[in-house]
Amino acid sequence: MSDRKIRVVVAKPGLDGHDRGAKVIARALRDAGMEVIYTGLRQTVDQIVDTAIQEDVDAIGISILSGAHHHYFKAIIEGLAARDASDVIVFGGGVIPESEIPDLVKMGAGAIFGPGTPTSTCVKWLEGAVAEKRKAE
Amino acid sequence: MIDKALSGDVRAIARLISEVESETPRSEEIMRAMYPHTGRAHIIGVTGSPGSGKSSLVSKMIGTLRRQGKTVGVIAVDPSSPFSGGAILADRIRMQEHSGDPGVYIRSMGSRGSLGGLSKTTYEGALILDACGKDVVIIETVGVGQSEIDIVRIADTVCLVLVPGMGDDMQIMKAGIMEIADLFVINKADREGADKVAAEVRLMIKMFHTGDGWIQPVKMTSAATGAGLDELHDTIEGHLKHVRSSEEGAERLKKRLQWEVEEIVRRRIAKITESAWRERREERVIEKLLNKETDPYRVAQEVLDSAMGDFRSGQLL
Ligand code: B12
Ligand SMILES: Nc1nc2c(ncn2[C@@H]2O[C@H](COP(=O)(O)OP(=O)(O)OP(=O)(O)O)[C@@H](O)[C@H]2O)c(=O)[nH]1
Ligand SMILES: [Mg+2]
Repeated sequence: MSDRKIRVVVAKPGLDGHDRGAKVIARALRDAGMEVIYTGLRQTVDQIVDTAIQEDVDAIGISILSGAHHHYFKAIIEGLAARDASDVIVFGGGVIPESEIPDLVKMGAGAIFGPGTPTSTCVKWLEGAVAEKRKAE
Repeated sequence: MIDKALSGDVRAIARLISEVESETPRSEEIMRAMYPHTGRAHIIGVTGSPGSGKSSLVSKMIGTLRRQGKTVGVIAVDPSSPFSGGAILADRIRMQEHSGDPGVYIRSMGSRGSLGGLSKTTYEGALILDACGKDVVIIETVGVGQSEIDIVRIADTVCLVLVPGMGDDMQIMKAGIMEIADLFVINKADREGADKVAAEVRLMIKMFHTGDGWIQPVKMTSAATGAGLDELHDTIEGHLKHVRSSEEGAERLKKRLQWEVEEIVRRRIAKITESAWRERREERVIEKLLNKETDPYRVAQEVLDSAMGDFRSGQLL
């Protein structure tokens, strides 16, 4: 009987120092039984991708409140593709204008959750997305 | 996947560890394939109370080893929540300077209900890293209290990290924490009081050392400034030489192999009996217990009887 836990990296790319949201989400995912690799502030794209691969995670959750979401989502999604790891789910949240979400989704982001989203919504979405991904394996 | 991992492919190694960690049906096959390639790496355990600087020290140790051209694998264990089974694994934060170095592989694990300071499959993870070519494998345990001593079974060299201001020395002496150390590291030596801790520990070693054999060295370090790290490295190397050449070391290896077999037997028994119990439970046995139509001892025997067939066939799931 195997017990395959959901593993997630929660990352804060770049110089953005707002880490409350990331911590709240990390805690909520843990409380839902997931293993969260929390890498702290000021991560580079390469560090985030490296961590995801070494830790064999199902997903990377990115928290961005600095306005640089477009750049970082793109770079991380491309970074994963370059390492043959596009099966890793990329999702996230923070201060991201509603109008820019479709763009990020087109790029390959699974879902984006803005300020005020109940954490249970994020957790449910991720559980569903991981189940879907594992079915495809 | 196994061949790819043995040739050093990071993704494949990461996948194998996940399979073994999740105890999938393939995990025994994986470990048997690893086995012939194991035994080369130096397995170093780093243990000590929460916040004593284990992760920071490990990061500095990686730096020293890399300068000598050695490849390094790390398994860092943090506690899982007993309520949800989830975990926040944060040891890696302190080791991020090595990100991007292909000679370094770092893996975080949740303790997943184990109480000995490691998870059930930490040892397997270390063996995989050994088999896949890492020269040194460092295991960071959960911040220990007084009984988390599993590391002593699986590491060649156990470093126990102490810091100034930890409270009185009786705390160190209680239980078996002192005994598991092959060497003591007094970290945060940049802070007041480190000398005093070192002196106390040295005295204790002198008083309690019996006979000949390895005398636990005491090293002062600062993971913040890097002071003492070279000396620590030499001491750890010295201990490895001792382990590989002494009667004591040979004894330790034999004990480890013995424990390994016992552990596999225990796990198989647990798996088979748990599934037999699950099946039994569905037959309203709890209700019968409630109504005193049977008793727990009888139910237990029935569970074992029904598991017997599975034991013989070597059935694993
Ligand atoms: C608190 C705060 C600070 C604190 C941060 C403390 C800390 N350690 O986090 C301090 C005072 C330090 C600060 C500083 C600054 N701040 Co400020 N700050 C805020 C504020 C008021 C609240 C942020 C917060 O903590 N919210 C609570 C958390 C729980 O919510 P959250 O992060 O949004 O997370 C939720 C969702 O977004 C989502 N989520 C978030 N991350 C993730 C990740 C995943 C994986 C998922 C699934 C979901 C998810 O789920 C969470 C729960 O619902 C916001 C305004 C606002 N209302 O958002 C401004 C705000 C973010 N700050 C802003 C600015 C400009 C700054 C400064 C540059 C100000 C300055 N000129 O100095 C500095 C920069 C600091 C730095 N180094 O980055 C701007 C950013 C503008 C932009 N994006 O273009 C904002 C939007 C204010 C504004 N309206 O101008 N700030
Ligand atoms: N002054 C000083 N601080 C240190 C030293 N080593 C570590 N620290 C600090 O001590 C804190 C804990 O360090 P970690 O390396 O995370 O400790 P740890 O033992 O791995 O902690 P857990 O894994 O949570 O048990 C951090 O704030 C470090 O910066 C040191 O030598 N000197
Ligand atoms: Mg640590």
